[in-house]
Amino acid sequence: MTTTWQTALKWLGAAFTAALLVGASINGASAHEGKHKIDAKGDKCVRETEFMRRNHMDLLKHQRNDTMRKGIRTTQFSLKGCIDCHASPVNNSVIGTNDNFCQGCHSYAAVKLDCFECHSSKPRPASPATPHPLADAQAGEMQAKAATSGEVSK
Amino acid sequence: MSDVDKNRRQMIGVGVAAAAGLAIAPGVTLLDLAHGRPADQAADSSKRWGLLVDSTKCTSGCSDCVSACHTENGVTSTGHPETDPQWIRKIELTEIRSGRSHSLPMMCQHCAEPPCVDVCPTGASFKRADGIVLVDRHICIGCRYCMMACPYKARSFVHEEHHDQKPDVPRGKGCVEACTLCVHRVDKGELPACVEACQKAGHEAILFGDLNDPNSEISKRIATIATKQVRADLNLNTGVRYQGI
Amino acid sequence: MNYENFRRIEERVFYTLVGVLGLVVLAGAGAWHYMEEHGHIVTGMSNQIVWGLPHVFAIFLIVAASGVLNVASIGSVFGKPIYKARAPLSGLLALAMLGGGLAVLMLDLGRSDRLIVAATHFNPTSVFAWNIILYSGFFGIVATYLWTMMDRRMHDYSKFAGFSAFIWRLILTTGTGSIFGFLVARQAYGTALLAPMFVIMSFAWGLAVFNVVQSAMYRWNGIKLDPAIMRRMKNLLAVFVAAVLYFTIVYHLTNLYFAKQTSFERFMLIDGGVYTTLFWLGQIVIGSLIPLAVLFHPELSQRCGAVFLASMLIIFGAFCHLYVLIIGGQAFPLDLFPGMAATSSFFDGRAVHPYSPSLPEFLLGLGGIGVTFLLVTIAVRVLKFMPQDDFRHLAKAENLTD
Repeated sequence: MTTTWQTALKWLGAAFTAALLVGASINGASAHEGKHKIDAKGDKCVRETEFMRRNHMDLLKHQRNDTMRKGIRTTQFSLKGCIDCHASPVNNSVIGTNDNFCQGCHSYAAVKLDCFECHSSKPRPASPATPHPLADAQAGEMQAKAATSGEVSK
Repeated sequence: MSDVDKNRRQMIGVGVAAAAGLAIAPGVTLLDLAHGRPADQAADSSKRWGLLVDSTKCTSGCSDCVSACHTENGVTSTGHPETDPQWIRKIELTEIRSGRSHSLPMMCQHCAEPPCVDVCPTGASFKRADGIVLVDRHICIGCRYCMMACPYKARSFVHEEHHDQKPDVPRGKGCVEACTLCVHRVDKGELPACVEACQKAGHEAILFGDLNDPNSEISKRIATIATKQVRADLNLNTGVRYQGI
Repeated sequence: MNYENFRRIEERVFYTLVGVLGLVVLAGAGAWHYMEEHGHIVTGMSNQIVWGLPHVFAIFLIVAASGVLNVASIGSVFGKPIYKARAPLSGLLALAMLGGGLAVLMLDLGRSDRLIVAATHFNPTSVFAWNIILYSGFFGIVATYLWTMMDRRMHDYSKFAGFSAFIWRLILTTGTGSIFGFLVARQAYGTALLAPMFVIMSFAWGLAVFNVVQSAMYRWNGIKLDPAIMRRMKNLLAVFVAAVLYFTIVYHLTNLYFAKQTSFERFMLIDGGVYTTLFWLGQIVIGSLIPLAVLFHPELSQRCGAVFLASMLIIFGAFCHLYVLIIGGQAFPLDLFPGMAATSSFFDGRAVHPYSPSLPEFLLGLGGIGVTFLLVTIAVRVLKFMPQDDFRHLAKAENLTD
């Protein structure tokens, strides 16, 4: 390698590092530091947040096979259940802008969202017959609380 | 939490449950009571869902079943009839020699030996244990081989992007789809939309039931009246039968 | 011509080819992207004609790919020396054409982003799934075969590799024909005849493609092919084309005998419009009879470029044949209620389902051909694929007997 090459590479490396640092600081200034604004109804999700962050795709994949192939329609990990709670009150969807629940994290992590090519991203129209994800003794309580505080989505 | 609050919550809970019961009740009809399955139970082969179509009760020009199906499943026209999916259609038939004409609805026949299931390379086209033939759009690659293989032209390919899908019926561009026998309703104990619409309108041309249950209305009718499977020579053992053709 | 001039010509030819083919491939990629973005609504395909022009291109490339390997097989399996010299080129063409054909097929999928799914989920009863295994195996086996032929240390294994490739490709082409042969639903398909017919078609079309490529390569390198070699390959090509014609006649004759197939045959042979024209004029006259006449004529067949012309006509006839088979077969409506006239909003019973190929489909198919020949051009430049005939060996009379 000649000295000209070495100098050129040094400058290139310096410029690249500078760009990286500037880029990181710009990004750091926005909301994305791994924490994301969560649109949600109710107290808590069906599982702990950290678990859901890492494993929601496996839960969904397992559930979709159960539902599709076997007709098991339990509601705990149902996609419709997720959307019912996590749809944004602004555009009534989980996708559409980077402030939406699903799209926000997925666009940050650059993981393509394939679900909503087919699945509706909007919550179901509310009706007493719509099952709730936490379908146990708490269900009636949750519905009652939601009904009284007027948060039921349309 | 005070006792008053607890009681109030319980009362509201009971009230909500009662309202829910009243809302669901109309979906359970006189003909096939309680075929809804608990949510955590898988479909099993003890049941085989089927349809019996009485073509003599079908009138030319009536398409109540078609509108009901497409409304229920969110199938909308995009103004391109050659590429628009159709899950069910009315066929007007005229016998060439005698001139006798009649009409009938044609949808996926939910065969027991489905050619579409045999040819699907990924296994996306599959037959559920209770006989309903479905497309698993998670693994459908859109090769359309099942459309080539279906003797009834039951399947459609989604040629355009769709938005505003019904939450219970996911469907999207690039995958193949067909009549699902309203599996999302059947699993809850309701009738397929086409059957319900035909009954509500008073035509009574389509009957839904369990072919494996000898005491179901559909089995009793098939055992007494002459019924036919379309393209019976192919020996596909269809779940949909017709009378009057 | 001196060496310097020759090199410059060769460079110019190479870069021109790469440039042109590169543009063709780019156009194909653009067409795919357009179809992927907007859905198949931008093509001429519909719920009635579900497989269109891209499939015609893809199946031609795939069938001819297995056939072009014949040249190598005749050399390795049957031990004919003039074919042995051509074996590496034949192997290369087989790989490139299969790659090009599969590229078109994969990119025409409704969900071409799900190729991984196609590779990891297998339905054991599906011919398509079997074919995926057969195609992948073909790549491996032919690559190994090429290695045994081109690496001196591996020459001893080339006979075994050639034999395996020969058997594998017969199974592969049978599988390709069975894609249609196993379809009981449609009157054009659902016959056991289609599998062996595809095998024979592959023989004819593969050899035709090989002739075209070989002639082009020789012309661009300023070499003349020995007439004795040309005569052998010409006769073989004529036999294959005659065999395809035989299968076509048997197919239609048998169909005509069945009352339930009569209306379908009437459609194909008489009033199918474009399909009838393509069948008689494209497939039979231009694709079979004229090439046979040229190849068997005592004077015409000796003319320079006669075999090249015949091969081009055969390839044109092949496209017509596949268009009629694949698209014509879908254009004839399904007969759900024999003896009844049917109408519906889903085009049941309609006389002929219309189809007109769109530009994106054509560009995608052409892109597959571009991929094939781009690979061939680069490979031929980099490695020794040019047939190396040993003329002293050939000059001895007994080596020219087959």
